[in-house]
Amino acid sequence: MEALEIARWQFGITTVYHFMMVPLTIGLGLVVAVIQTLWHRTGNPAYLRMTKFWGKLFLINFIMGVATGIVQEFQFGMAWSEYSRFVGDVFGAPLALEALLAFFVESTFLGLWIFGWKQLKRGIHLACLWIAVIGSFFSAYFIIVANSWMQHPVGVKMIDGRPVMTDAWAVFTNNTALVAVPHTLFGALAVAGGFLLGIAWYHLWRRRRDGIDTVGGDGKVIPGAADIPGRDLTDHSVWIRSLRIGAVVAMISFAGTALTGDLQGKLMFEQQPMKMAAAEAACHDGTGFSVLSVGNLGSRNCDDIVALIEVPGILSYLAKGDFTTEVKGVNSLLDQYKADYGTHVPNEAIYGDRAGQEIEYVPVMEVTYWGFRMMIGFGGVAALAALLALWVTRSGTVPESRWLMRLAVFGILAPFGANAAGWIFTEMGRQPFVVAPNPDLNGIDQVFMFTAAAVSPGVSAGEILTSLIVLTAIYAVLLVVEVKLLVKYVRGGVVSAMPELVHAPVDENEDGTPGPGGPGKSGTADDVLAFAY
Amino acid sequence: MELLPTIWFIAIAVLWTGYLFLEGFDLGVGMLMKIFARNNTERRVLLNTIGPVWDGNEVWLLTAGGATFAAFPFWYASLFSALYLPLLVVLVALIFRAVAFEYRGKVDNDRWRNTWDWAIAAGSFVAAFGVGAALALTTTGLPLDANGDRDGGPFSWFSGYALLGGFAVAGFALLHALAFLALKTDGDVRHRARRWLVRLLPVLLLPLAGWAVSVQLLSGEAWTVAVLAVAVVAAAVAWFQARSGNEGRAFLAVGVFLLCGSASIFGAVFPVVLPSTIDPAFSLTVSNASSSDYTLGLMSVVACVGLPLVIAYQAWTYWVFRRRVSAAHIPEAHSFLPAIAAKAFTRND
Repeated sequence: MEALEIARWQFGITTVYHFMMVPLTIGLGLVVAVIQTLWHRTGNPAYLRMTKFWGKLFLINFIMGVATGIVQEFQFGMAWSEYSRFVGDVFGAPLALEALLAFFVESTFLGLWIFGWKQLKRGIHLACLWIAVIGSFFSAYFIIVANSWMQHPVGVKMIDGRPVMTDAWAVFTNNTALVAVPHTLFGALAVAGGFLLGIAWYHLWRRRRDGIDTVGGDGKVIPGAADIPGRDLTDHSVWIRSLRIGAVVAMISFAGTALTGDLQGKLMFEQQPMKMAAAEAACHDGTGFSVLSVGNLGSRNCDDIVALIEVPGILSYLAKGDFTTEVKGVNSLLDQYKADYGTHVPNEAIYGDRAGQEIEYVPVMEVTYWGFRMMIGFGGVAALAALLALWVTRSGTVPESRWLMRLAVFGILAPFGANAAGWIFTEMGRQPFVVAPNPDLNGIDQVFMFTAAAVSPGVSAGEILTSLIVLTAIYAVLLVVEVKLLVKYVRGGVVSAMPELVHAPVDENEDGTPGPGGPGKSGTADDVLAFAY
Repeated sequence: MELLPTIWFIAIAVLWTGYLFLEGFDLGVGMLMKIFARNNTERRVLLNTIGPVWDGNEVWLLTAGGATFAAFPFWYASLFSALYLPLLVVLVALIFRAVAFEYRGKVDNDRWRNTWDWAIAAGSFVAAFGVGAALALTTTGLPLDANGDRDGGPFSWFSGYALLGGFAVAGFALLHALAFLALKTDGDVRHRARRWLVRLLPVLLLPLAGWAVSVQLLSGEAWTVAVLAVAVVAAAVAWFQARSGNEGRAFLAVGVFLLCGSASIFGAVFPVVLPSTIDPAFSLTVSNASSSDYTLGLMSVVACVGLPLVIAYQAWTYWVFRRRVSAAHIPEAHSFLPAIAAKAFTRND
């Protein structure tokens, strides 16, 4: 393989991996902040336990996002130096601002939250978490501003062959970003919703299995208590509340992703028509949405593809909001792209061996077609499952079925799959461009970059292969470690995050005000470490 | 000479210095996990001195990198691609180190802890060494062609300066960590850290001084040599203060040494940001490597508001966690699994 292919694999693998941790961090962070606020407001001890338990899982995952995030920032310069030179004037700013305005906030205030349970007043301690969570939203915003500029370059003028920023407002309010940010945040919340739902289901199931909770003649749960630290009446409340919060979050966030996704789709039909045509494997102009297409999608050859089931009008609705407008298919777009951006790779040194080759404007349709459907499918299935879960658990607990419990736990993966599929679709659908041309009526003509021109010219294929192997191997090992730790702490239940439930029995008074071990006081010798590594 | 690129050169020098100052001690504390701490409790004392702050410190690295990308894309692209393999090693070190902090205490098992302790110690050393090597090379030069790309294969960046820079930052980090521990801990750790500080100061600061002197020989000016002299004085002050038990002042003096050393280095290379060892005409300078004035202006406005804010709330964090940590504060490791895994239980209703 050439350096270009290897560098693309590396970017894909490291980004998809990083984006397993990121949505859980963003989504779970918000959920924990809401729960801690509920505790702050109501004093209900169940909310404190939920804060501690979900907060522990949040941190185990957060650190992986941090660790793999550094690779992302370095990678542009290391493997994509020509890209960095070309776009640096406009693309570097959102990255720098992300670090300056978001990462500092996130890491500093999260540190205060983790270690500051006793050093800070309750309200301030809670505020620190909220500030960190809002920081993570800003981080999503800045990185999506950067990504959206690659999808839809705005606010620049070409000077000496490079795009130079002339209108920061246009860059930071890029319509592509304004719809992609809420879409991504809802996607992150969907992950958190599924996470809560699956794990809470497991614990409710285990309480039934162990005979702690039973179901009465009226079909309602009778919560019980075992003489084991943490497995008391409050524990039931912890899990049923978590389950319901998770299910509601999952449903709301699916609705959110659908609404914002629809807006995104309509923009994309204008901004990157080829990507959307490829998402449909729509070869010819038409109005129908393909439910199932067969043929060799990977061949990029439209003649092979047959749409077996098509719903007329839906494609037009996705693109334009009505049911009759013809949407351009791959074939007619291909002619347009060739006319606008050339048929062959220019004969320039930067393209290396690729100079003079024919340009492949159709993305790999196997990926775009199925990526698009997996994104929607996984998201929809998760939301439907959440609705069912709410219905099934209206009795106050879950059924005894071990299989249903397993399904709920494996269901955690669905929103992760939807997120990954969405990103793979949108990034691979942009090919062969790394910066896609902007076809707006008032767009800036000829601001685009072929991915083939973006890779570092001075770096050898061997170097990039080395890093690909090293990073993939390390990421695989760390994934195993992370999942093992998550499983261990999930199995341990609330006590795993609150050893004080075992050692010092009173962590909260009946009325929910903090007891002797609770937060809120400071200045005594024992408070030097409220939390210790 | 243009104003905004010059300001941003200074800004990036400040970000790197801030990074070395802050992460300097937490990298050093990480290295000391294996060579200084005597048992698990002492290791936990060490860890908990930096627990709430190390991640915030590391963001200085991300910000220095991001700001270089935004303000000097050509510098960022040439430096990062030329140093592909060494930076990969730094990344691996930072990944393991970060994960280790969080995961080390998550399983109550000696082998588990020992593995992550090694990850922290080795990761900290390698990250410090690698960052030092990269910074030294950006001040002494890389074999760059006319396009700013590395010439001559994956290891052509190597020179004695890489080693000097590596030892400079690793040595500084170790020393800074000793000064930090003397300030932040109590009991045996505190006194031992101070003894080590007094004994090792000259050795550990020597490579950084050597790097600064090398840069002066290559491209120094009168004022940068003078600033370097101040750095040497600060090192002497740090030594005397440490010996007489003024931990706070010793720590500050080590900081002044870094500040002056770094100013003398960055000042001496200015206006070059990355010299080419092939042909000085290919060197990247503040003018030919920078972004447009519009971009730099925008970043300046944001940085003027953002950076003081960052410094303020990070300072507040240090204030919140200002108290000394000692072995007596370390709670027992808890194993929670037996409590929940037990299937035998008595109903309570």
